[in-house]
Amino acid sequence: MNEAGTSMLRTRGLGLEIPGRVLLESLDWQIQRGETWALLGRNGSGKSTLLHTLAGVRPLQSGTIELPDQGLFHPAESLSRRTIARQMALLQQHTSYSFDATVLQMAMAGRHPHLGAWQQESARDFAIARQALKDMDLEGLEQRNVSSLSGGEARRLAFATMLVQETPLLLLDEPSNHLDIGHQIQIMRKLRSLVETGSAEKGRCAALVAIHDLNLAARYCSHVLMLFGDGRYLAGPLDEVLSSKQLSELYNYPIEQLLWDQGRCFLPG
Amino acid sequence: MLSLLAICLLSLLIALKSGSVAVGWQDLWQIISGGENEWRELVLKLRLPRAMAALVTGAMLALAGSLMQVLLRNPLADPYIMGVSGGAAFAALGAMLLGVAATFIPVAAFIGALSSILLVFAVSRGSGPWSSTRMLLSGVVLAAGWGALISLILALGPDNSLRGMLFWLMGDLSNASVPLAVWIAFPILLLLLMLRSRSLNILALGEVTAAALGENTKQLGWFIYLLASLLTAMAVSIAGSIGFVGLIIPHAMRLLISSDHRLLLPASALTGGSFLILADTLARTVAAPLQLPVGVITALTGVPLFLYLLHRARVQT
Repeated sequence: MNEAGTSMLRTRGLGLEIPGRVLLESLDWQIQRGETWALLGRNGSGKSTLLHTLAGVRPLQSGTIELPDQGLFHPAESLSRRTIARQMALLQQHTSYSFDATVLQMAMAGRHPHLGAWQQESARDFAIARQALKDMDLEGLEQRNVSSLSGGEARRLAFATMLVQETPLLLLDEPSNHLDIGHQIQIMRKLRSLVETGSAEKGRCAALVAIHDLNLAARYCSHVLMLFGDGRYLAGPLDEVLSSKQLSELYNYPIEQLLWDQGRCFLPG
Repeated sequence: MLSLLAICLLSLLIALKSGSVAVGWQDLWQIISGGENEWRELVLKLRLPRAMAALVTGAMLALAGSLMQVLLRNPLADPYIMGVSGGAAFAALGAMLLGVAATFIPVAAFIGALSSILLVFAVSRGSGPWSSTRMLLSGVVLAAGWGALISLILALGPDNSLRGMLFWLMGDLSNASVPLAVWIAFPILLLLLMLRSRSLNILALGEVTAAALGENTKQLGWFIYLLASLLTAMAVSIAGSIGFVGLIIPHAMRLLISSDHRLLLPASALTGGSFLILADTLARTVAAPLQLPVGVITALTGVPLFLYLLHRARVQT
């Protein structure tokens, strides 16, 4: 998409299996700075499994994952977890809290990979966390107990924690779940600004977003990775890959495309 | 934290004052500052070692409890849930059954606790993705197994040794002494834990989250399990399996102080120590000249306190 783009992560021959089923046979794929990939597929097609494998929190079954700046990595082996956590953040589909913590404490967890064992959080770390909370409209809730948050607030807090981690690569598992329409647009816009503009010191980011809302994907993503759940995948720029024909096959359900003045819109038939 | 330290010192002084002979503040000051006093022997040779044993035992149990709660991500876990005290109790009671001299009972208990730790290690090792669930299940099942063996010993034991066994099971500080090794090991373990205390905060968020935030969760899990078990093993070897300290103190500190382990760990250690000193003082004095096992006092005060805290927490959220 962009000639100045740098490859953030590359997979070769990556396979995913769950007992009794091959989800993905051999994924050769790469993501570059300045790209937002929509990860599409039916329930159980391996979207979360792929995100967890890429993040290294699930053992790699076959193939390789490469972080070109960092050298080859097979998550558990060559790179330390800490190094990986400074390169990529994972926004999980669900968050549950076993213990009480304040909203600010939770956001500060994102600074963990950047701090040494004895190191205390600096004023700068707190400033990053407060800014992220502000960006997610959670200002004023800093001292609230996380278990008292609404579903949407908890979702925005998880997104804020991911921002606080300040990684160039973002892996997101259904970030718009539980959010009202205004906040759905807000997080997708935030994501787009991180990917397209980034920051002066950290440069541009790259994001892979598992999402079920095709219209959000069509509006805010530049590329699409479709998982068919039977070993096959389809990857490419959004304009080439996203069509009602492909989507109907992917979801095994007829999907119609409507054109309007701001782009395309997809509706179940 | 300073006020907790003050409470701890105050508990120590109360323990030194109270007993069959109530020592006045003036006498106590004289003894502490090194002056001559008729109660010097009593306070320094009898009450002080016992109070110090209570302090370190309570601190270790509370620390071990807060660690187990993070490891299992369950605020109701206690140091004994993984069978460490079961192994210790089986070995200690077995030694009593065989008529081993009293001085060797703590040694037997420590060996029993260590073998229980190693058993959990051996059973829950294996290939495949690691999760704390397998370790937890191994520990819990092992604990149940020890429970059965303990019942067997109690059933077989001669009547004259039953009382001693029951006191041991309830936890008792009357013959407690703290070996030098514990005085050396405890600060080292505490230091190691403080170094990883922010990692404990992260692990409390869940294993996947912790891994995504840069923690090697398998290594961290074993580290916590091992340190918590060693603390528990030392505590039960000194005083038998005293209940409720390891469950209620960390929980109370989470509610009252902070869930940040950088504060929670030292706060739990101090409060656990103070609580056990006071409980033991009560055990010595409340039915004097009869001495109660301190475990009875911790349970009798711990249960209502715990229920109150739970109730309060529910009202708040």
